[in-house]
Amino acid sequence: MAQSEYEIDLGNLMAFDPHRQFPSTSSSREELVKEAIEQGTKLVQAVADALFNLPSTEDRDGPIVKLPAPSTKLPREKPLPKPRPPTNWELFAQKKGIQKHKKDKLAFDEQTGTWKRRHGYDRVNDDKDIPIIEAKMTDEPGTDPFAERRKEKKGRVDKQERNRLQNLKQAAKVGALPSHVQLAATALPITGTQAMPRKVSKDELQNVAGMASTATASGGKFDKKLPGEKPPKHEKKYRKFLPAAEGSGMGALEKQQTEKVLNKLISKNSHNVLNVEKAVNMYNVKKDKKRKNNEGKPSTRSKLKPNKKSLKKSSKRVSSNKGK
Amino acid sequence: MIGDKLATRIKDWDGSGFQVETGKKTLILNGTKTSSVLNSVLTEIYHLKKENSVKYSRRNDNIRPFESGGETSLEFFSYKTDCSLFVFGSHSKKRPNNLVIGRTYDHHIYDLVEIGVENFKSMNSFAYDKKLAPQIGSKAFFAFIGEGFESVEELKHLKEILLDLFHGEDVTNLNLSGLDRVYVCTAISSNKVFFTHCALRLKKSGTIVPRMELVEVGPSMDMVVRRHCLPDDSLRKEAMKIAPELTKKKEKNVTKDAIQGKIGKIYIPDQKVGSVALPHKAKGVKRERREAKMKDESNRPAEKKEKQHSE
Repeated sequence: MAQSEYEIDLGNLMAFDPHRQFPSTSSSREELVKEAIEQGTKLVQAVADALFNLPSTEDRDGPIVKLPAPSTKLPREKPLPKPRPPTNWELFAQKKGIQKHKKDKLAFDEQTGTWKRRHGYDRVNDDKDIPIIEAKMTDEPGTDPFAERRKEKKGRVDKQERNRLQNLKQAAKVGALPSHVQLAATALPITGTQAMPRKVSKDELQNVAGMASTATASGGKFDKKLPGEKPPKHEKKYRKFLPAAEGSGMGALEKQQTEKVLNKLISKNSHNVLNVEKAVNMYNVKKDKKRKNNEGKPSTRSKLKPNKKSLKKSSKRVSSNKGK
Repeated sequence: MIGDKLATRIKDWDGSGFQVETGKKTLILNGTKTSSVLNSVLTEIYHLKKENSVKYSRRNDNIRPFESGGETSLEFFSYKTDCSLFVFGSHSKKRPNNLVIGRTYDHHIYDLVEIGVENFKSMNSFAYDKKLAPQIGSKAFFAFIGEGFESVEELKHLKEILLDLFHGEDVTNLNLSGLDRVYVCTAISSNKVFFTHCALRLKKSGTIVPRMELVEVGPSMDMVVRRHCLPDDSLRKEAMKIAPELTKKKEKNVTKDAIQGKIGKIYIPDQKVGSVALPHKAKGVKRERREAKMKDESNRPAEKKEKQHSE
């Protein structure tokens, strides 16, 4: 008989009873189900015993316990992240033996003789604070040394940014992108709702220039064309005039034109007449609701899906009759 | 963000994962032919795992998980939807109501188990009090009964896969009032498992631990294990690797010196000597002063001494 030696994995809220035997397949299904549920209850009780005896903190929704890690190991779904390859600077620093030193938040400012913060408002060695720059022999007259300094700084910042992106690219090549960058890039399959970046086709690119040219008064006829650019597909303006003299036979253009306009008008107002789709949907929804009320259980179907079940039922009924 | 621009420039991005993985997503799809039973099974599994699963509604004729060429489509779908678990249903004369549950590692098939569904009872056929219905996404209890789960290879495998399929995410903080479902799996023979899903009712008992009551809410079915495919050892080893614990916790303010051994720095907060409250010995002072005054009325306070410049 079942002993209370259950294997309990709290992290997964699992209990396993390895001693139970179910030799009797002769017992009816209901008995089997009942026994299974009874045993299940005992196991769940055992897990709950262990669970509720864990130290818990009170929260507004209920007691919260800290679950231990699951003991049953499950395989990963993706390989472990690979370590990042060292960057150019890291290689250089290794070669030269440069150690990383942690910088303090405060630094002593020689100019004012006080301790100022290293970054941020009112910082040490701020470019703005330099009042006078002495002219050097190499300086040309007319150049603004302050602007020069600012340009140099901008150049340094841009170079750093380029290097950072280069490092990220190198890491991504190996597959070792830092996780926050992975998450930020929405075009990657990691988010599941993969929105692949739309590749603009050759035709689309060729049409773009043509599209823009229609904004000009002469419809792009006199625009300067780039070498290799083909003339736009729809060259002229977008108005079409019917020929002045024309018969009123079958292929009459005027008749076609008026017919087109009339159809458009009617379809616009056809919702006043009858929207077949909508009527069908409303009927189905009503039927669903009725059935729901009659049988009194949650309907797992969404309203947008067509009512497949009813069709199947009818076919079954038909077939059973046929069988009889 | 700059990351977006970066992503569009990288063509051969290799999607390796995180150190500690969050929940696995499931892909539910069907093959050439399905039966009504199988359709309901697939929809109900989808409902049980609503938040982290994707269900394909079209037929997929070219998927044969157990054949060597037939899993390329599956792997492609798994890559596109980022799902590492899949449930593939198909129906044929030889294998009626067939369900193949499988896992992928790095978007390649890791392992598979093929079960036949018998005696299926859907969620709609169980009548129960609406209030007991388990919430979507709640963490489930598992009850595995039967020595078969330990002794029979296929059942052991099935146990692991069922656990992986329904265990949701590994959470550290669990709200005890949100526990409302349990999956009960009973090994009734060496290849048959009775699987059912029950709602939990917690009843008051004398102690902190409430008394558990199980109410079957469905779906319930008999799973007959047909075939299964275990991963090879090397793949298994690689998939079971745990991220090496990163840098050990640094002990702050402790250094090891060769001569003096272990040295620790202690930082004492600023002692505000000036604003410390003095012991209020007012009476003593007053008395002294009083007495001094009384003794020597002519004495004036000492004069200021001037600094002597050292010559």
